[in-house]
Amino acid sequence: MRIGVPRETRPGERLVAATPRTVAQLVGLGYDVVVERGAGERASYPDEAYVEAGASLGDAAQVWGADVVTAVNSPSAEQVASLTAGQTLIAMLAPGSNETLVQQLADHGVTALALDAVPRISRAQSLDVLSAMSNVAGYRAVVESAEEYGGMFAGQVTAAGKTAPASVFVIGAGVAGLAAIGTAASLGAQVRAFDVRPEVGEQIESMGAEFVQAEGARQEVSTDGYASALTAEQERRTAEMYAAESARADIVITTALVRGRAPRTISAEMVAAMRPGSVIVDLAASGGGNCELTVPGERVVTDNGVVILGYTDLTSRMPKHTSQLVGTNIVNLLKLLTPGKDGQVVLDLDDEVLRGMTVARAGEVLWPPPPVAVSAAAPAAPAAPVVDEALAALDAATALDEARRRGTRRAVGYALAAVLAALAITFSPPAFVGHFTVFALAVVVGYYVISNVSHSLHTPLMAQTNAISGIILVGALLQIGDSSWVVTSIAFVAAALASINIFGGFLVAYRMIGMFRKEA
Amino acid sequence: MLTSLVQAAYVIAALLFILSLAGLSKQETARRGSLLGMTGMGLALVATVALALQDSERPVMVTLLLIAMVFVIGAVVGTWRARSVEMTQMPEMIALLHSFVGLAAVLVGFNSYLTEQGDVVHLVEVFLGVLIGAVTFTGSIVAYLKLSARIRSNPLMLPGRNWWNLGALVASGGLMAWFIAGHGLLPLILMTVVALALGWHLVASIGGGDMPVVVSMLNSYSGWAAAAAGFMLSNDLLIITGALVGSSGAILSYIMCKAMNRSFISVILGGFGAEGGTVVASDQDYGEHHEIQAAEVADLLKHARSVVVTPGYGMAVAKAQYPVADLVRRLRERGVDVRFGVHPVAGRLPGHMNVLLAEAKVPYDIVLEMDEINDDLPDTDVVLVIGANDTVNPAALDDPGSPIAGMPVLEVWNAKQVIVFKRSMATGYAGVQNPLFFKDNTAMLFGDAKDQVENIIQAL
Repeated sequence: MRIGVPRETRPGERLVAATPRTVAQLVGLGYDVVVERGAGERASYPDEAYVEAGASLGDAAQVWGADVVTAVNSPSAEQVASLTAGQTLIAMLAPGSNETLVQQLADHGVTALALDAVPRISRAQSLDVLSAMSNVAGYRAVVESAEEYGGMFAGQVTAAGKTAPASVFVIGAGVAGLAAIGTAASLGAQVRAFDVRPEVGEQIESMGAEFVQAEGARQEVSTDGYASALTAEQERRTAEMYAAESARADIVITTALVRGRAPRTISAEMVAAMRPGSVIVDLAASGGGNCELTVPGERVVTDNGVVILGYTDLTSRMPKHTSQLVGTNIVNLLKLLTPGKDGQVVLDLDDEVLRGMTVARAGEVLWPPPPVAVSAAAPAAPAAPVVDEALAALDAATALDEARRRGTRRAVGYALAAVLAALAITFSPPAFVGHFTVFALAVVVGYYVISNVSHSLHTPLMAQTNAISGIILVGALLQIGDSSWVVTSIAFVAAALASINIFGGFLVAYRMIGMFRKEA
Repeated sequence: MLTSLVQAAYVIAALLFILSLAGLSKQETARRGSLLGMTGMGLALVATVALALQDSERPVMVTLLLIAMVFVIGAVVGTWRARSVEMTQMPEMIALLHSFVGLAAVLVGFNSYLTEQGDVVHLVEVFLGVLIGAVTFTGSIVAYLKLSARIRSNPLMLPGRNWWNLGALVASGGLMAWFIAGHGLLPLILMTVVALALGWHLVASIGGGDMPVVVSMLNSYSGWAAAAAGFMLSNDLLIITGALVGSSGAILSYIMCKAMNRSFISVILGGFGAEGGTVVASDQDYGEHHEIQAAEVADLLKHARSVVVTPGYGMAVAKAQYPVADLVRRLRERGVDVRFGVHPVAGRLPGHMNVLLAEAKVPYDIVLEMDEINDDLPDTDVVLVIGANDTVNPAALDDPGSPIAGMPVLEVWNAKQVIVFKRSMATGYAGVQNPLFFKDNTAMLFGDAKDQVENIIQAL
């Protein structure tokens, strides 16, 4: 059978679905390959190289008339119209958001496989175009930011003084985020990264970044049952963390994209708090952008001199290698489609990978595919939040139960103590009751006053409380005037000791406190 | 008339004390807090003197003279001690002052018994006041002796030590029954002896490493003693102040225990580690340690971008805080990012390191707590461990059998290079060998910390 590789017609597109290397592999699978003239030109793959690799050259009509057409982007209306029944189309079709296209392809009797609908299972990773593209995008994001950033990534020590390394903050540690972390770290920047999934912390650290956690955002489930309030609290803390991190970063790279939708992570306020000359690269621009000020496809400079890059064509800015990666994905797909290595496409719909990618066949729309049993090795990104929520809810329920039981036990204990205390007080003289009330209240006040003391002040605090407990001098003074000399002398000794305590304690506390100074 | 005025003064004093403690919880307001406390104390004392003179049963002039003498003694001795004490000796000083409060409480209790023929409630109050005071007194004395290294700081391990404590409490209970029934002086004196022994034994059986908790616990006891005195004298000011100090000391001890991941009970009951604690495998082979010279350290520091200093009790012993502060100042002038990481229980008193560094004029905003600095350590080029040992021991995290297992520590080994200042390869207070010293990125700088830091400054 013959495989056609067209020149991509989308404006600005520089990618091509096959490179000379992948053409050779396709030929090895028993296919004839026809490449449209100039298809690889913009990715620095000249026509001659394709010919050398065993392809023939042809015009658009010949290529689109081949048995199997492999393209990067989804075809235009005319191109779809030129397809006939029995042909196979392999391209990124975005079937989820492009139902008309899928319908048209089915109407034309075309067998269509969507490169961007690969099930996220381990076996299919070698044909996952999205993961390859994300990788490239993450890399390119750092390169773009490096161009915009007016400084060096690595800290330098020169005869003329030294410069600090760039500080890069990456939000989202998916494939793109991890690639960005690795690239920035290898350029010598100090990288910090955040992801809502705590389990990726290890991956972040393995790529050379520091895993930032929103303080308090991962606390244990509250025992009082205010789970929703806590979530809001967590969100607030996360936002605070974003603000703090972005303000100290030279470069912020956001990669949060959930099912094509970009959650808002960087608000206009946070951008306003960033230093002039800082750069934000929004990899989720195609989904609307993580940053409030992102304009998809554009470079924006804010009033305070922050550059926001919302490029959506980062992959196509590296056409040579992206094409190679996409081409390899296509080769891997065709290996799966050509079990006999004889140049004949056999579409086995029992194979869950192929079933997942096939959106149309023999006039029938096959999208969406039945759900795939996700293997444990490949966490399905979209499914994860749902699972997490369920687990969290379960945890919360157990924790709540446990807390309730503990609470009951404690309540019974307190009630018993209260009854005993009440009994004791009932049989005491009224004067004592008054004193006891004062005592109980003072204990509570003391507890709350001290609970939030700064750790570094513990020593002065102790000296101060020590001095204050010298108040026992009051008792001793009142006994000094007693008529018995024994009592007076005992009281005198006690008073002298207590007064040493008062003078010594206060002076020492004051002396220590005087030493604490903030940097001028 | 005067009594009401005095009561009003007491109320104001109590409020001032509360504000004073509240002010001390932040550096910015600490000075004001301290002054408020002094004002409150002054007010309370003036009012009390007036009351004492009015109620005096002997010529007013005699009483006034006695009171004046008391203040002169207190002012002279107290001021002299406060001026002359070195910051490194602060823990001893505070422990000693606690013992004064304890002894005063005992004496006031006896006096209260001698002067008033009260009812059962009053007798119970006297009894408890003397008991707490006596325990505070001897406990603080032992803490003082241990902290000032006049006696060995190892825990005293009497066989069945918890039974001794329990026995002392039971005996006190029995004596209390006798005291209430007979109103005699003898059971009170006997109980005092028992309580003194109890206080001694309680603190003697707690190791040096737990002294920060002990000091703040004794602080709490001295508060309760004052509160008990307030009950027996029917004085609300004493009750309020005592309760304030008592509960604040208790919560401080609790915070410290949490920082060490130990339960409060296990600290109070003494001995290190759990019952029948793990035997320390001291003969385990940890490999070779590397040595380094001061000049090489200086070279490392010159080329470092970020440096973290983690001080411990050893810095206090060597009085190295001034050279360390000088070194830090020089490095900061060169543009090196230098910060301090202070473990909550470094030193022999909560916040001890902070006070020493403040004394040496280190700005407090570069002195960070363990939780603040731990995350930054992997990005740190050089960590200087000056006289710290157990607080930087990776065994606390790695080795479940270690006596300090589970204690949060400064994870200095994550830094690129660790320099440990140490006199020898001896173990720390917990008696635990420190695998940190044998890590590849750790180098040992032996010798007196002060001399070595000065050598480094010269090499710079």
